[in-house]
Amino acid sequence: MTRILASACAIVTLAAGPAFAQAKATIAGVPEIPFTTVPNFLKLPPGEYLGESVAVATNSKGNIYVFHRRDTTRLFEFDRNGNFLREIGKGYYGFEFAHSVRVDKDDNIWTVDEGTNLVTKFSPQGKVLMVIGRRPPAIDGPVIAPAGPNPPAQKYILCRPSDVGFDPQGNIFISDGYCNNRVVKYDKNGRFVAQVGSEKAGNKLGEFNLPHGLQVDERGHVWVADRTNTRYQELDNDLKPIREITNLGTGWTLCISPGPHQYIFFSNSNPNGNPQGSWENTGEIYKAEIDGTVIGKFGKPGKIAPGFQVVHKIDCRNPNELILGEIESWRVQKYILQPTPARPSAGR
Amino acid sequence: MKTVMRFALALCGATALATAVTAQNAPTINFDSAPNTLTLPDDVYLGEVGGVATNSRGDIFVYTRTGHPTISMASARPFVHGGSRLFQFDRNGKFTREIGQGVYGFLFAAQVRVDPQDNLWVVDEYSSMVMRFDPQGRVAFLLGRKPESIQNPGRAGGGGGAEGGGRGGGAPGAGAPQDVFNRPTDVAWDAQGNIFVADGRGNARVAKFSKDGVFVKSWGQRGNATGQFATVDSIAVDAQGNVYAADGGNQRIQVFDNNGAFKTEIKSVGNAQAICITPGANQVMYVSNSNPPNDLDNAGEIYKMRLDGTIVGKFGRAGKLLKEFGTVNAIDCRTDNVLYVGEVGNFRVQKLTLR
Repeated sequence: MTRILASACAIVTLAAGPAFAQAKATIAGVPEIPFTTVPNFLKLPPGEYLGESVAVATNSKGNIYVFHRRDTTRLFEFDRNGNFLREIGKGYYGFEFAHSVRVDKDDNIWTVDEGTNLVTKFSPQGKVLMVIGRRPPAIDGPVIAPAGPNPPAQKYILCRPSDVGFDPQGNIFISDGYCNNRVVKYDKNGRFVAQVGSEKAGNKLGEFNLPHGLQVDERGHVWVADRTNTRYQELDNDLKPIREITNLGTGWTLCISPGPHQYIFFSNSNPNGNPQGSWENTGEIYKAEIDGTVIGKFGKPGKIAPGFQVVHKIDCRNPNELILGEIESWRVQKYILQPTPARPSAGR
Repeated sequence: MKTVMRFALALCGATALATAVTAQNAPTINFDSAPNTLTLPDDVYLGEVGGVATNSRGDIFVYTRTGHPTISMASARPFVHGGSRLFQFDRNGKFTREIGQGVYGFLFAAQVRVDPQDNLWVVDEYSSMVMRFDPQGRVAFLLGRKPESIQNPGRAGGGGGAEGGGRGGGAPGAGAPQDVFNRPTDVAWDAQGNIFVADGRGNARVAKFSKDGVFVKSWGQRGNATGQFATVDSIAVDAQGNVYAADGGNQRIQVFDNNGAFKTEIKSVGNAQAICITPGANQVMYVSNSNPPNDLDNAGEIYKMRLDGTIVGKFGRAGKLLKEFGTVNAIDCRTDNVLYVGEVGNFRVQKLTLR
């Protein structure tokens, strides 16, 4: 038994070494963006706690949604100052293991649940408007991770989906996910339109290995954090690949700010488990123009705020006031960045 | 075909209408769907709707897979609990109350039906129980027993039963001559109060009980021959006591007399996952050709037909909008042209008015 453990440790160590070398961002000469933070930003009622705070999003009024893994997965709403307002979806069938929450232009709230394989659209009042995917029926027993290759991806069944985005026309884009390796486009009524990638992992353009985060810009281009490939991919609105970005580290998550001048934030999140060496090589977030030109960076790993413990989702409705959800610290932080000088040539 | 004709003649004196209209050329019935049929409190959410039914006052009952089906750990057996709830609404769709909160048999909602005395009959596919609640919401009568320890069936098997075989032995799916079910799906009654259980997806039989719950007989086993079932997904009984058993897996509805003698089959309406026969003098049947959850681009329509199998018309299609359907599992047709439809895929009930 000891020998087995020892061998296992050796394998883990060997495997971990190269992964970290890869995860280090190779981009150089990026200026630091000065920032301040708001300590204890979210105020919870007595007796309430956040769990793994994997997802945050704001609506047009600045209200903050936190979709987190606690006793069960829960969705909390806070006002713009961080005061607790209410819970949405208590006991809802589509909540089991949170992965993302996003708010569309009409302030509908979209949750992506990696446990139930469901993407749910809630009205601003918190009523279910649309469901995409199907929860594995309980009567079929617990889902055991299958040995061997993934079964073929299906149009209307998701497999551990990770994120959702919307283009200006209201089309729905889902990164799917931990077992499928694809991006799916549905129309605004939830009808399948197209997919890129498949159930198979791959590293060519238009292939994915754990598509982990997704956002859509004002042109309708789809940006995907292709995590295990440690890169980002940009796709056009028909999901045709345009290019990849490979020099920004782990490819964990990204956020695109709205408005006439859009910015993209890419997080080189320190990986789960804080493996040795990871704090030296990862943790920072990059700010870029929509053409991909990196203009600054900020942040580093740390157990104590304002350090990061695996930034998992970023809200950047205001590109100078970011709200960051972290897995391993069970917290949400608000960062206030010093504005970067506008570059009219690059932005749009 | 001969059988169909004989049956058609016997049933309503009709002539050769049965083949005049096919599923493809059936006329489209215009209909409306009322937005926001049900008003839910802030902390109540529907999940997959197994069943929807109304009582004589127009109250609406919804049996839904919601909350969290849970297997407890660190006990002598894998005990399964939770996962489904039964809600009552008034005739205007306003939430009234929850019935059976935390009850032993609510795991995976299959169906709810209301009998002529306004009792609620709740069928649960995972606890393999048929539970009758009186109009006040008290447990009054039970068929079946929840397995003490629900085995982990893996992804291939069913809940609680031996793989592919009848719980209780015998021919595959034939079950045992008693009220031990394996994934039952539905229940119906004849005018005398005899009870017919669709049993179901683990077994593949229809089981008949007297109104006092005494086992009378059962028929059917797994297969595709006459009198066999791939699955028994839904069941209804007409005023003459004929039994209509939806055999969705074989793309048909089989019709039996009151003692299980095969009379005919209706093959034209696809995956018959939910059926409902209207009360009253001129009975009609609604049948949902329910789309599988992984496909919203085919099927999904509901047929209105005479009891001889003649299609009157069809309406709807698979999808997520109002007037579209996501895997219909339940139809209530107490009032002739007003239907309540429960969907697995869209976590909702629609109230439809046919024009």
